[in-house]
Amino acid sequence: MKRFAQLLELLALTPSRNRKLEALVDYFRATPDPDRGLALAVLTGALTFKNVKPALLKETVLREVDPHLFALSYDYVGDLGETIALIWPHHAKSHELPSLAELIELFNTTSKKDLPDLIASLLTSAEINERWALVKLATGGLRIGLSARLTKTALAQMGGKDVQAVEEVWHGISSPYQELFDWLEDKAEAPQVDPASRFHPLMLSNPVDEAKDLETLDPADFAAEWKWDGIRVQLVMGADGVSLFSRTGDDIGGAFPDIVESVFGRAVLDGELLVGEGFDPAPFNDLQQRLNRKTPTGPMLVKHPAFIRAYDMLFDGDEDIRALPWTERRKMLEAWFARNPQQRIDLSQIVPFADWQELAGIRKRGADENGHEGVMLKRRQSVYVPGRPKGEWYKWKRDPNIVDAVLMYAQRGHGKRSSYYSDYTFGAWLDGELVPIGKAYFGFTDEELRQLDKWIRGNTTGSFGPVREVRKQLVFEVAFDSAQKSGRHKSGVALRFPRISRIRWDKPADEAAQLDEVLALIPAT
Amino acid sequence: MPQQILDSQLHIRSIDSYIDPATPRERAIITHGHADHARSGHGSVLATPDTIAIMKARYGEDCAGKFQPLDFGEALAIDDVTITFYPAGHILGSAQVLIEQAGQRVVVTGDYKRLPDRTSQEFELVKCDLLVTEATFGLPVFQHPPAERETARLLASVAGNPERAHLIGAYSLGKAQRVIGLLRDAGHDAPIYLHGAMIRLCELYQERGIALGDLGHATEASKADLAGQVVIAPPSALKDRWSRRLPDPVLAMASGWMSVKQRARQRGVELPLVISDHCDWNELLQTIAETEAETVWVTHGREDALVYYCRQQGLAAEPLNIQGFEDEGGEDAA
Ligand SMILES: [Zn+2]
Ligand SMILES: [Zn+2]
Repeated sequence: MKRFAQLLELLALTPSRNRKLEALVDYFRATPDPDRGLALAVLTGALTFKNVKPALLKETVLREVDPHLFALSYDYVGDLGETIALIWPHHAKSHELPSLAELIELFNTTSKKDLPDLIASLLTSAEINERWALVKLATGGLRIGLSARLTKTALAQMGGKDVQAVEEVWHGISSPYQELFDWLEDKAEAPQVDPASRFHPLMLSNPVDEAKDLETLDPADFAAEWKWDGIRVQLVMGADGVSLFSRTGDDIGGAFPDIVESVFGRAVLDGELLVGEGFDPAPFNDLQQRLNRKTPTGPMLVKHPAFIRAYDMLFDGDEDIRALPWTERRKMLEAWFARNPQQRIDLSQIVPFADWQELAGIRKRGADENGHEGVMLKRRQSVYVPGRPKGEWYKWKRDPNIVDAVLMYAQRGHGKRSSYYSDYTFGAWLDGELVPIGKAYFGFTDEELRQLDKWIRGNTTGSFGPVREVRKQLVFEVAFDSAQKSGRHKSGVALRFPRISRIRWDKPADEAAQLDEVLALIPAT
Repeated sequence: MPQQILDSQLHIRSIDSYIDPATPRERAIITHGHADHARSGHGSVLATPDTIAIMKARYGEDCAGKFQPLDFGEALAIDDVTITFYPAGHILGSAQVLIEQAGQRVVVTGDYKRLPDRTSQEFELVKCDLLVTEATFGLPVFQHPPAERETARLLASVAGNPERAHLIGAYSLGKAQRVIGLLRDAGHDAPIYLHGAMIRLCELYQERGIALGDLGHATEASKADLAGQVVIAPPSALKDRWSRRLPDPVLAMASGWMSVKQRARQRGVELPLVISDHCDWNELLQTIAETEAETVWVTHGREDALVYYCRQQGLAAEPLNIQGFEDEGGEDAA
């Protein structure tokens, strides 16, 4: 556990990617099985405990610490795990903790009733840094700024393999990854997984740089599609059944039985998950309600039926077609679809255009009239490769909408921003009163964040929990991708991807937007 | 009632003197040399000889109309009030102020700490009726480890990275000298390189009898000379152009705030060193109990939690919101 705690701390604090990589490689080399495999599971978030949850830890701590003092501390620190590790009041003289494997075993086998005592004794035995690691382990949310990609790169480096090769086997293997380490250390062949039955890392797009790209790119080389406002998914219909993966490879099939149970045929499809009747996409908010639940309720399935709008194919039956150009894959997708007409899948249509100017007009009309987020450009010759290759796929987002809104409430951020009031609720005017229209983080420099934080502290009119109400005097310029009608908000509008683009220190609050003006930005559908 | 002796602006009524006033006053009593306590422009200043020396070094010889030195433990009677300074253990010369009048005792701690520190006079407990305590680390999440543990971590990192410099962000007055003292006590006798901003104050400490060993100017050393060495600079220089002269520096920071990893990450600190010149939560509680004060005023930091705690203990407690009191250099100094 000591080594693991040291690794976590180094990963959390070292800004250098190379040093993180080095530390990971060293750790995987020096640590025996199964500890290193379990550590890998912890680092990639693959490990969860049935009974050890943040709430249990908090409860354990509250047996020893005054709840009000705990609340004040949590508000200050901003991270529950770290608050618990720092506030624990009992410290043993010597520090003997079980190994990672023993700890995980203890977490899994101790009865619910005995867990608080176990946690308390572990917290007391741990040295301060181990205590932090222990709490991180127990609560699951590491938040140490480590990407899965970097972890896989370290594994590849350790075994002298290509990171692509690690990605390929990744979704077929599981904790404690014995077969992975055996392969990396050349003690065994690569783990076998049916290629047509598992997740394949996605190909991603780059934003269009209007000033540069449109000059150099030849429109004839590209096909355009609408950018759909859902979530990217991969539908794997393999020999072992159907799985639905999010873009990060999480299996979300349980939340979408309407899709998983109705699709048929053999293929791996890349597409957009949407909800709506008759393939008519509803606003993202409706999809969000489905995404919020691990398993949907019956009425939800009726109210927000899900479907997939397919735009690419990676496997046709068992055949891996990723090395073929997009035009070929598209033809095969259309042919597959003709052979396997579906209730819950349709095709993303190609949007014809002659030159960039015409496409710009189409994009603007799509945004204004249908609320489309923008268009996707795919190089006709592009093969399907994981990651974000340059020059192949582009997203050309609509121009953002802008509204001047008034700051109403501020809340302390979490994680990196925990010491500042950095989550903001802002509103627009309705009959001389402000109505909240959205919430956003601040996206600017530390200096601006500090200024703003100072303003908030000096203009607080009330506070409840971590939230401060402020004088209705400060105007934010808020950019957002689109406005949607919403029954759930008092304002009647929900903003998509709001972000604070500027602080308008100069602008009087009564000149900020009226709610009417914001409502007018909702496209008529 | 001790409240009649002192008001919430730390104004001693009957002799019209202010303790650590934020604006120029005719008569000021200064607890220590940090800028949020010691300001220039007062008519007369009553302080310890070390504090007076520090004020003159930072603000110039004539930064006050006149200076009246008072040694620790010496009682000074002014009318019916008696003032005595006791060491606060915070930085060189830092004092707690005991005010006695009509059988009542009031102690204003200024900034203080109770962990040993050989660059400062050692904290002395003073019993009183009204305690005015600071609360920089007034939350139970602050439990400072022994400073020796932190020094050992630093030296282990220095030994493990012979090709890199270790750049420690430490406040120029007090913290820097304390870190140097800790390194010396741990047996590190290589030269320690300093940012220009702290040279004068280190010299002042040495002149006043605090041994700091062999100190060098970071700007005069070559990049190669600094590999494997310890360099100390104000926290603001950590991310500054200034640090580019160092070979691939490990960024460290010495501050009580560094126990919060999120805070360290925010500052891009790779090696957080929890070395504080203030009490942690447990020391604050210990002090409140040991002074046997029945009334506690809390200032200078996270007042809420400490006031709440005191009231739970049956003490009369109030937060003081004194303008201008914010730790010198913000969180960096603590
Ligand atoms: Zn101070
Ligand atoms: Zn101070």
